[in-house]
Amino acid sequence: MTGPVWPRPGPTPPDPAMPPVPDPSRASRSSAKIVVAGGFGVGKTTFVGAVSEITPLRTEALMTEASTDVDDLGSTPDKETTTVAMDFGRVSLGDELILYLFGTPGQHRFWFMWDDLMRGAIGVVVLVDTRRLGDCFAAVDFVEDRGLNYIVAVNCFDGIARHGVQDVREALSIDPDVPVVLTDARQRESVKQTLIELVEHVLRQRRQPVGSPG
Amino acid sequence: MEELSNDATPIVRPYARTRGRTRSDYDLPIEALVTTADGAVGDDARMNPEHRPIADLCRQVQSVAEVAVRLALPLGVARVLLGDMARIGLVIVHATAGDATGQPPVALLEKVLSGLRQL
Repeated sequence: MTGPVWPRPGPTPPDPAMPPVPDPSRASRSSAKIVVAGGFGVGKTTFVGAVSEITPLRTEALMTEASTDVDDLGSTPDKETTTVAMDFGRVSLGDELILYLFGTPGQHRFWFMWDDLMRGAIGVVVLVDTRRLGDCFAAVDFVEDRGLNYIVAVNCFDGIARHGVQDVREALSIDPDVPVVLTDARQRESVKQTLIELVEHVLRQRRQPVGSPG
Repeated sequence: MEELSNDATPIVRPYARTRGRTRSDYDLPIEALVTTADGAVGDDARMNPEHRPIADLCRQVQSVAEVAVRLALPLGVARVLLGDMARIGLVIVHATAGDATGQPPVALLEKVLSGLRQL
């Protein structure tokens, strides 16, 4: 008898109010995603929530999903499963396009899920807290290692940039082509601008033939 | 006595619902949108008990990630179940952004950009 125990209660209760869907028809729809990376407490969920039309939802990925050669957990019943939380939000862009924003921890130990998460993504916003600059190193390492399109967004918690953009660029050894912008994760307009910066940057990269100078 | 913590072992191990399978043969990115196929709700002949809540939920378009959260399923479990449902025609999977190279096409980027500007 599995009925009463399923679904089991999760850490985040499902949103009671079903978010409105712009167009309930079966019209062609598509979705896109942007990944927001950075250390714990840098404001990823705040950033996502500032533009999301739903309260950011938390999903969990089981660490065993990382196993590349184990398809049947039945053969390894004691295999340890660790969960990684990922918050996401959703922004409807017109009736047919939904943009998802996934906020994910950037630590090295979570890299196993990054490749999957990045597949098909527009790009990455690496969110930086200048008081804990080191927390974003892993995320920057990852996006550079995989050659992903990204921008660095310095979250100005108190509205004041503690460090200049140039200081952050130097401290992180960011390529001159990669935009470093200031943002306020609490402000919808600021977050929106940051996302626009990312998409513009990705478009510039895509239109520029690989290997061409400048 | 302390309440059960969130990471306590669930009574039914999550992957029991997928009969131990951890991946789907259907390619489902987490942002892929799914909608219940016409006529699928109430089609008890084809539907497992695990499919029913998903079919009910996806009468309104949902992403794979939203299905996981709203039904309190680990992402991998939602993916396998949705993959099964797509294969037997219970849900329709809408196109996602990535092309063969995994990169969103320029036309879609432009659409996202103009959508963001109009927000």
